[in-house]
Amino acid sequence: MSIEVKNIHKQFGNFQALENLSLKVESGELLALLGPSGSGKTTLLRIVAGLDAVDKGQVLFGDQDAQNQKARERGVGFVFQHYALFRNMTVFDNIAFGLKVQPRHLRPSKVQIREKVMELLNLVQLEWLADRYPWQLSGGQRQRIALARALAVRPKVLLLDEPFGSLDAQVRKELRLWLRRFHDEFHITTLFVTHDQEEALEVADRIVVMNKGRIEQIGTPEEVYHNPANPFVLSFLGNVNLFHCRLAEGKAFIGDTALDVPGLSVDHPKTAKLYVRPNQFKISRGPGKGDALKAVVEYVNPAGTVVKVNLKTENGERIYVEISQDEFNQLRLIKSQQVYVSLKDVTYSEYVQDSI
Amino acid sequence: MHEPFVKKSILPGFSLSLGFTIFYLSLIVLIPLSMLFLKTSSLSFKGFIDVIMDPRTLAAYRLSFGTAFVSAGINAVFGFIVAWVLVRYTFPGKRIVDALVDFPLALPTAVAGIALTELYTPTGWVGQYLNVWGIKGAFSPFGITIALTFIGLPFVVRTIQPVLEDLDPQIEEAAASLGANRWQTLTTVILPIIFPALLAGVTLALARAIGEYGSVIFIAGNMPMKTEIAPLLIMTKLEQYDYAGATAIAIGMLLISFLLLAMANFFQWKTSKNLGKA
Amino acid sequence: MSARTEPKIIQYFLIFIALAFFGLFIVLPLVCVFHNALAKGWGIYFKTLQDRDAIAAMKMTVVTALIAVPLNLIFGVVASWAIAKFDFKGKNFLLTLIDLPLSVSPVIAGLIFILLFGAQGLLGPWLIAHNIRIIFAMPAVILVTIFVTFPIVARELIPIMKSQGNEEEEAAMTLGASGWKTFWLVSVPNIRWGILYGIILCNARAMGEFGAVSVVSGHIRGLTNTLPLHVEILYNEYQSTAAFAAASILALLAIFTLIAKSIVEVAVRRGI
Repeated sequence: MSIEVKNIHKQFGNFQALENLSLKVESGELLALLGPSGSGKTTLLRIVAGLDAVDKGQVLFGDQDAQNQKARERGVGFVFQHYALFRNMTVFDNIAFGLKVQPRHLRPSKVQIREKVMELLNLVQLEWLADRYPWQLSGGQRQRIALARALAVRPKVLLLDEPFGSLDAQVRKELRLWLRRFHDEFHITTLFVTHDQEEALEVADRIVVMNKGRIEQIGTPEEVYHNPANPFVLSFLGNVNLFHCRLAEGKAFIGDTALDVPGLSVDHPKTAKLYVRPNQFKISRGPGKGDALKAVVEYVNPAGTVVKVNLKTENGERIYVEISQDEFNQLRLIKSQQVYVSLKDVTYSEYVQDSI
Repeated sequence: MHEPFVKKSILPGFSLSLGFTIFYLSLIVLIPLSMLFLKTSSLSFKGFIDVIMDPRTLAAYRLSFGTAFVSAGINAVFGFIVAWVLVRYTFPGKRIVDALVDFPLALPTAVAGIALTELYTPTGWVGQYLNVWGIKGAFSPFGITIALTFIGLPFVVRTIQPVLEDLDPQIEEAAASLGANRWQTLTTVILPIIFPALLAGVTLALARAIGEYGSVIFIAGNMPMKTEIAPLLIMTKLEQYDYAGATAIAIGMLLISFLLLAMANFFQWKTSKNLGKA
Repeated sequence: MSARTEPKIIQYFLIFIALAFFGLFIVLPLVCVFHNALAKGWGIYFKTLQDRDAIAAMKMTVVTALIAVPLNLIFGVVASWAIAKFDFKGKNFLLTLIDLPLSVSPVIAGLIFILLFGAQGLLGPWLIAHNIRIIFAMPAVILVTIFVTFPIVARELIPIMKSQGNEEEEAAMTLGASGWKTFWLVSVPNIRWGILYGIILCNARAMGEFGAVSVVSGHIRGLTNTLPLHVEILYNEYQSTAAFAAASILALLAIFTLIAKSIVEVAVRRGI
């Protein structure tokens, strides 16, 4: 089922949590709401679930207005950030809860409930934990039980609030992949909130980048990473270097150095900001053909899949560059070495009004 | 923007539960308590002053507040030591001692009263030794202070204990690594952090001691002008069907207590503000 | 020696001071009660407890607690629901009002009910005209007991409910539970230890209240005397052994209360 929110506003006291926000989640889609804390992503999720009310605007499930539907009538599965497992119930009773509280005429029989719960425990691969209490489980186990509990009522929509936020790095990675596989198998419309860009990029079909109660950009992981709509999205999704420069004659002048900027056409001179990802630089030991920035290696860290290099230019600007291990082996960079840096590409450029 | 009275929530039953709470509160507490002010308003101002400025009343106030202060002071020192020992050290029977801290709260005050009296009479287990030193245990302000110390101890210990338990060990380790000795760490680092809690505990003990009746009347001796506490004076007035007099003394007590509590609250607010509410 | 410990000698010294103070103020009175109760042997002890007035006083005490505790329990659960689960204006003021009975002298607590229901009180003439006795009778004893124990359960439950937050209830509702079912299946079980704790403390105070009850009961033997009042009368009549025998029952209640409290505290800490 698709979900749509139209022009919603939400205010907490003097804090504008959501401002005229509209969004459509397509049926069967896995959508990530990505943004810093306070960006309104959790509020949006709670509004969709019916846990918070909007001040203005509309929430649609399919083409039905959910205005008068209470949380318990919406058929959503909500997984809370801290799981909110019922501490007084076993894992089994937690998962069975949604079935047991159904009105008598809809309620499955005890046997059916048992079958359903065991099926779900099987799905999350935790059958042996049925009789444990939440406090006896690890974080990752709680997470999966919370998911199983939400799935028990056959939700039309799955809503996850920072589903992996409080887990160890290792468990987090495993569960991320598990969620992706789970979604590929069942195709339940899923909306999940995260502040972790890596998580959003890895798992989601589409990403909604939010900031200060508004949407900055909606797009596939590839789109938002490679074609960010604005500097906020750009800097939120990964590291970036910023250069203030003057564009003229098809080149960018940073201080006195002219650099070739691929893919940038300049019809007349202007001032600009260039945003360059760490992997969009080329480092050479000699000056080479084109112009390049002269810089000194301040620090090299070859541990990891890429080699991280901190450079300081003649003008005193610091640049953070990532190069492959192969490149590193060819360059054999060491501290205090003099190098030349040129641009392979630019992720985003912004023109600044000349103050003339 | 106009703030609503209650923040919207999907949980049900707010009006019902708040309504019942206020109804029951009014019925049991507010309406009866308002009688005090209703009754006072029937008193002339001069009548009111006459009652509370009566030498016997003044003596009772002085005794009640004086002994309450001294006992709160004793509890501030020994309550802190008890809390410290319970949090920091291990010794046999510690869990029993910890549980028994609440004993004065659990023990009916009349029982505490007769037990303490029995102990501190000139022939009692403790009283006979005091007698040797020429100190009168029971039937003196000293005895009243003993009873009030007994009653107040749990308030002080139980408010300091959790704060001591939560104290970040690294703060002390930092102080030690910067060269402070234990005594310096205690006085310059730990005590300032504990102080708001200590003050809160002492205030609670003080408030309880001022109004205390059951544990005191047996040991006090109840001699007018000498060992008659304010609550007992109220009782005496009531037995003489002098409701107006009883009410006036009660109002006087409440006003002084209220002033003390307000001062303590203000002081606590100030110190916790200085600590940055860490 | 780590940075957080004192020299052993100071430790022992502090432990000694703490235990000495503790022994003098807590243990000694406790021992004194039982010593005096049994001063004339077990035979006399049991005989005094079977005295007609003593039994009537015990009954009175139990009946009072049986009425006061459940009423304040209901209030405590309802009030903590409103206060812990919702954000509304004037919440702190309401909390202050709820705490009032704890900061009022027991004698004043008794006094206000006399002013309300006594012969010269606000409702006095009307009550006399309708031949209803409240003051110097059982209703007043029960009323003042409810007053002095009023905040106890609520004070235990509010912080527990607050710390648990609203998430479990919200989860229950997204799973389709009604408000009522959520309350009974999720909220109440989560505070069950707090409820038990509150009942224990409330009961101890209800059974042991002396000052307030003393003001309104009229000390009518066999009729309005509770056990603490019975202790007072016997003691003032110089029947020391009988007084301490009755007192020992109350002391046992206190010890039982502390044991139950410790057990429940462990359960609460484990978060079961």
